Amino acid sequence: MDFDLIFRVYPYFLQAALVTIQLAVYSTALGLICGALGAAARLSRSKALRFVGAAYVSVFRGTPALIQLFILYFGGPQIGIQLDAFEAGVIGLGVNIGAYMTETMRGAIISVDAGQNEASRTLGMSRWQTMNKVILPQAFRLMIRPLGVNINAQIKGTALVAAISVVELTYTAQRYIGSTYKPFEMFFLAGIIYMAIIYVTGLGISWLDRRAAIR
Amino acid sequence: MTAKPFVDIRHAAKSYGTLEVLKDINLQVQKGQIVAIIGPSGSGKSTLLRAINDLDPLTSGEIWLEDKQVNKSLPPRQYEKHINQVRQEIGMVFQHFNLFPHLTVHGNITLAPKMLKGISDKEADDLAKDQLARVGLLDRIDYYPSQLSGGQKQRVAIARALAMAPKVMLFDEATSALDPELVEEVNLVMKKLAEEHMTMIIVTHEMGFAQDVCDRVLFMDQGIVVEEGPPEKIFRNPENERTQNFLRKHLQSQK
Amino acid sequence: MGLDFTVLPEFLDTLLLGSLWTIGITLSAAILSFFGGILFAVIALYAPAVVRYPFRLFAWLFMGTPLLLQLFLIYFGLIQIGVDLPAFVAGVIGLGLHFAVYNSDIIQAGILAVDKGQFEGARTLGLSNWQSIRKIIVPQAVRAVVPPIGNNMIALLKDSALVSVIGVTELTLSAQLAISKTFRPFEFYLAAAACYYVINLLLEAGLRRIERRIQAAR
Repeated sequence: MDFDLIFRVYPYFLQAALVTIQLAVYSTALGLICGALGAAARLSRSKALRFVGAAYVSVFRGTPALIQLFILYFGGPQIGIQLDAFEAGVIGLGVNIGAYMTETMRGAIISVDAGQNEASRTLGMSRWQTMNKVILPQAFRLMIRPLGVNINAQIKGTALVAAISVVELTYTAQRYIGSTYKPFEMFFLAGIIYMAIIYVTGLGISWLDRRAAIR
Repeated sequence: MTAKPFVDIRHAAKSYGTLEVLKDINLQVQKGQIVAIIGPSGSGKSTLLRAINDLDPLTSGEIWLEDKQVNKSLPPRQYEKHINQVRQEIGMVFQHFNLFPHLTVHGNITLAPKMLKGISDKEADDLAKDQLARVGLLDRIDYYPSQLSGGQKQRVAIARALAMAPKVMLFDEATSALDPELVEEVNLVMKKLAEEHMTMIIVTHEMGFAQDVCDRVLFMDQGIVVEEGPPEKIFRNPENERTQNFLRKHLQSQK
Repeated sequence: MGLDFTVLPEFLDTLLLGSLWTIGITLSAAILSFFGGILFAVIALYAPAVVRYPFRLFAWLFMGTPLLLQLFLIYFGLIQIGVDLPAFVAGVIGLGLHFAVYNSDIIQAGILAVDKGQFEGARTLGLSNWQSIRKIIVPQAVRAVVPPIGNNMIALLKDSALVSVIGVTELTLSAQLAISKTFRPFEFYLAAAACYYVINLLLEAGLRRIERRIQAAR
């Protein structure tokens, strides 16, 4: 392994890692919003909204994220959507992970014991009050870990935007592989950084999970 | 001449497809009366109880609380409003307590009154203390449900229901999920309510308790009321063969 | 610029051929990832420490890094050590290895989850070690393991789009070829997405059938 090379190029990788982190943070935030809306739609009493929610999940989980990204970035201008690669990356990745988060959030909500709903309704609380004060506070605790799995996947998923030339970690690694012919070193360097990001995120998720644990 | 019934169930029927779980049930409960419903599992007794506050809606028939019909037909939105109002007047206690695990005992008791009756924090505090004193758990006010024993959980659940100042209390096998040594503390609380002349409808497996506390006992089987009357009659001289069989089996199983 | 879907029929055969390649890559990589997963699970659980620990490091690296990065490593790495594989083969190996690591995780959990009492029960009845494994442990583990491995196959289908980046002419790259001639990315990527969606539905239906059959065989 060529450590000299690694020491020479690592600052560029760290810069690229910042872009990866930004992509992950923004797209995760967007994903959480899409997931919350999607879950609300899927659990709504309106048939039309339930259909919209189910269609969102089915289409975005049923096709490759890469294709979704290409439609948005390359096809967007044809329908009047002009985005730079970074913006397209955030929106494409965010809406995609939102479909997965929809299912995570919905799963957490419906796994809250049915007796909780019965008890609240028996006290005279409305559906909305029950959801707001009884079901959701419990569901939040149940969804932290599975959302953590989604976020973990999303961090690795940010690599896709290399295909639309966003200069993030994987794109940078690819470029240096091309110019140095040292694929193992470059993989090693980028890999370590990805794992560090995932590790720190994991610590954060565990911390949240512990804090939210039901006493 | 009897007074106008407080809770009035008229021709209650319920079916799932072709399976009839309740067949033309009529039950009148006077104010302050305590009625026990006994019967084998699958007899429809819990379904009947859960129909009273429309948790399990009837297929046909009417439920009345004083001069209000509980299950009256209204457009969905109005019905939602109506039923939420009515349910505030009907307390219910479940077999598995259904306490809110994310809230303290205090929070469990005050959540609904604060939200639905708009009482102040101070009033809510007083309310929580009063109700907990009633069930003898004042010292557990800041505990979480997971820190309580089963019997304590059920007493908190009773306090939670009482905090809404209901006109009638429904008990759905309130002691069935408890270890034997914890049953008595819950029974004591229910007896105390009986002494305060709370109107109660109790689905139970505990014949001894039904005999001691209740004014009337209904024996249900296969979706109908087979026999009803004062506890002395039902437990000492049941007329119907099904009642006799049920009680005999029950006594044997308790030995 | 607007949309014009009338350009699609001319390239229908390109898209269909691309779809067939995508199905072929997915199936090849799925088979590789299945047997690779079993092999990796056995190594991770039972191999001597000198093999086990380096292997776990390798698995940890593969689960913590993006598939795309791994594809670059395999494609360029193999060239560097003098093995010039066709892109298709490199793509199948990359996808297969990646999902083999994930499958191995599931299979390990499946093996460990089968109650120890089951093994003891079988031995008590006089079954040999090997008979116990074959007749008692494996059937139970398989039932637990099939649904999550099925989910991995579905993920694999969608991730197979990534091999277009290293030049495998599957569905995504076929769409790109059509786009380079027509300059109509929206239409062709949408058409490709529709193809993926249909293949995905078929795959899900197939997996559900397998699951039902396994669940029924009690």
